[in-house]
Amino acid sequence: MKELWFSEYHSPNVRFDFRIKRELYSGESEYQHIHIFDSYEFGRVLVLDGCVMVTERDEFIYHEMLVHVPMSVHPDVKRVLVIGAGDGGTLKQLCRYPDIEAIDLVEIDGDVIDVCREFLPHLASSFDDPRVAIHITDGLRFVRHCQDAYDLILVDSTDPFGPGEGLFTREFFGNCYHALEADGILVNQHESPYYRSDAREVRKAHANTREIFEIQRLYQAHIPTYPSGHWLFGFMSKHYHPLDDFEAQRFLNRELVCDYYNPELHRGAFALPSYVQRLLNEDDDDESEV
Amino acid sequence: MSFPKDFPRTQQYESPAGAGHGGEGRMPERLVLKRKTLAEGPLRQIPDQAPSASCTGQHYALDQRRAPLFSALEAYRKRRIVAFDVPGHKQGRGNPELTDFLGERCLSVDVNSMKPLDNLIHPISVIRDAQALAADAFGADHAFFMVNGTSGAVQAMVCSTVRSGETIIMPRNVHRSAINALILSGALPVYVDPGIDEELGIPLGMSREAVEAAILAHPEAKAVLVNNPTYYGVCADLKSIIEMAHAHGMKVLVDEAHGTHFYFGKGLPPAAMHLGADMAAVSLHKTGGSLTQSSLLLSSAAVDANYVAQVINLSQTTSASYLLMSSLDISRRNLALFGESIYERVVELADYGRRELELIGGYLPFSSKFCDGDAFFAFDRSKLSVHTRQLGLSGLEVYDILRDEYSIQIEFGDLGNILAVLSVGDRAAALERLLSALNEIKRRHPGREASELPSEYIEPCPRISPREAFYADKESVRLEDSLGRVAAEFVMCYPPGIPIVAPGEEINDEILNYIDSARRHGASMTGPRDHSLEYIDVLSEATLRAKPSKLSGSGYRL
Repeated sequence: MKELWFSEYHSPNVRFDFRIKRELYSGESEYQHIHIFDSYEFGRVLVLDGCVMVTERDEFIYHEMLVHVPMSVHPDVKRVLVIGAGDGGTLKQLCRYPDIEAIDLVEIDGDVIDVCREFLPHLASSFDDPRVAIHITDGLRFVRHCQDAYDLILVDSTDPFGPGEGLFTREFFGNCYHALEADGILVNQHESPYYRSDAREVRKAHANTREIFEIQRLYQAHIPTYPSGHWLFGFMSKHYHPLDDFEAQRFLNRELVCDYYNPELHRGAFALPSYVQRLLNEDDDDESEV
Repeated sequence: MSFPKDFPRTQQYESPAGAGHGGEGRMPERLVLKRKTLAEGPLRQIPDQAPSASCTGQHYALDQRRAPLFSALEAYRKRRIVAFDVPGHKQGRGNPELTDFLGERCLSVDVNSMKPLDNLIHPISVIRDAQALAADAFGADHAFFMVNGTSGAVQAMVCSTVRSGETIIMPRNVHRSAINALILSGALPVYVDPGIDEELGIPLGMSREAVEAAILAHPEAKAVLVNNPTYYGVCADLKSIIEMAHAHGMKVLVDEAHGTHFYFGKGLPPAAMHLGADMAAVSLHKTGGSLTQSSLLLSSAAVDANYVAQVINLSQTTSASYLLMSSLDISRRNLALFGESIYERVVELADYGRRELELIGGYLPFSSKFCDGDAFFAFDRSKLSVHTRQLGLSGLEVYDILRDEYSIQIEFGDLGNILAVLSVGDRAAALERLLSALNEIKRRHPGREASELPSEYIEPCPRISPREAFYADKESVRLEDSLGRVAAEFVMCYPPGIPIVAPGEEINDEILNYIDSARRHGASMTGPRDHSLEYIDVLSEATLRAKPSKLSGSGYRL
């Protein structure tokens, strides 16, 4: 019997392969190719433009780290804006917090939501939560029209190429700053620091946010299906510090059962490897190297 | 995750067990999804049926699905010809670094003229056919492929119409290429005040009255040159100008460098050749998608095409680039088949941009509401021209901030305006970036009170022809000592981008005062050899003595 494998380039010279049982969905939306595969190791997998976005087995790492870190720092999150996140995983974690009053979800590609609702129903379980409003539009455009509107913005974007391109730019972060309350926090997925071309994007995104937010820190998680497995998140804040204002008890009182996140990990996640620290301090001008 | 730009754009199911990968035993089937690149969208499907009419109602006589030059190059590439001709890189093999940089495909068709590929100097096969298709698509009788840009096309247009000592009427704000054409041909310019929009601080497109006055004052003129649309998207009443000029036996030449899309888009100002112009220079590379430096010169039946070809060959290369020419062929096909929907989308994007800018506030996008029925007869809605002075920032400042801080490169910024060009290549996502950045700039840079822009028109005092001035003996004098001397170089003032003085013109009080006042208002002066404009080149006294006003008989005011 023939074996069917899925491959994704993690660098021009590195491929990540996993064996799949079958393809459940394949389609082309206005913005990208959308695939759902059923795999042996990772369960169902959402693939956009050939890149793994979410798998059933390791999504908890990404989504818990995106949501619970800022939620354990900001004491009073009422209004949340989520950009991207068409798979619903971020919403699922957010909706575990009863004190959140309203969540605006902005996804450019409505097809992603439809496909995930059908094929990843466990992940896409919170789209119908009454607090959630779904907006199918460009995130850059949506946020441009907001002012002092959110306590927390989560940017759960694709990579800086394709539809997610605008969500790593200075103009986007600048408009987000304006859309946040005076003590608001923004957390984004910040790419991987390992492969060279990815590292350049990390540095660029870091430089784009450094001059805008009062407080800016990166934290990390280990996500097996993302390039190099080493993934960064950006924590940008107008007021709250991710460690100084972190209260473990606040999280513990909520009695949320998590598979990855815990208070110890919260503190540790902000300790970055030396090479990443150096990368962030490098001169941005050096664009010519390949 | 970012990937090299040359990754295949579309997904591919690749089976290593297939051809070329044998010999490794039993291989599992592999599903390889390759990353989409920055380029978006699949290649457009060439329709089965030849389109019978363009959106402008122009009927195509030829089958616009054809691209004969492109096809001939493809056939050449597939034959894997052994090259013992130039260029010496021999399909890229001799310059691996360049081939690595530009791509093997590109170098493999960077070839020289040969029988199957025709010759631009004397086209008899595929280039002739490609030019005929271009003429058909643009509604002209002849189309010439130009590989020296639209500057080359403008020069050929002028030089094939007016000869030494003959007169041509043109707006004062003509492109440098037109003035250079005067130096080449020896023709004498009669300048028309293009008119200025005082609020926006930009030159317009000549009023009917001003053109008529010039025509009546200079019945000997051979041609009227019109710059339509201007860089900013301002259009003159071209139809009336053509009618007036033709009624007086003058040809109409149109510098249509920024108007390629007029030939294909719906709801845009009319295109020159469709209105009956005699010649038009069209920058297909500007908004039509061909490679930089490629351009088209169009002519009507009223023009002797063979003579135009001779004039073009005077200065154009004998080794015309097949990369440039094939880009013209492919772009022409693309526009003829899909131009209507392409530009519908472009205008939609630009309209959206204007609406959003009005919401942001502070920015004043140009629109049809500025039209005055005359010198600002129509506005090209595909252009996102924006007045920035209400914001308290100059267009130049916005231009620099966009590039330096947001990595967004717009076409230009002047004292009062910016221009973002939208074309066949634009995407909504990129426009969102521009709009968001402009929103940020407004927030981050609190404006200051805008000073008034200089706007009066200075009537030129021509003394000798631009050609004579160009070749004359010159000397450099301090600007304040130049009163009464004849300039040997240009002084352009931005804004509004109109020459204050041109070669062969006398420098008078009015000019010196204007320069002084424009500088104090923050305008920039370009043109002179001395960038600081402390000194200006003028004709030597001896030159003037040797040429005692010999132009007085040719209609020049002295």
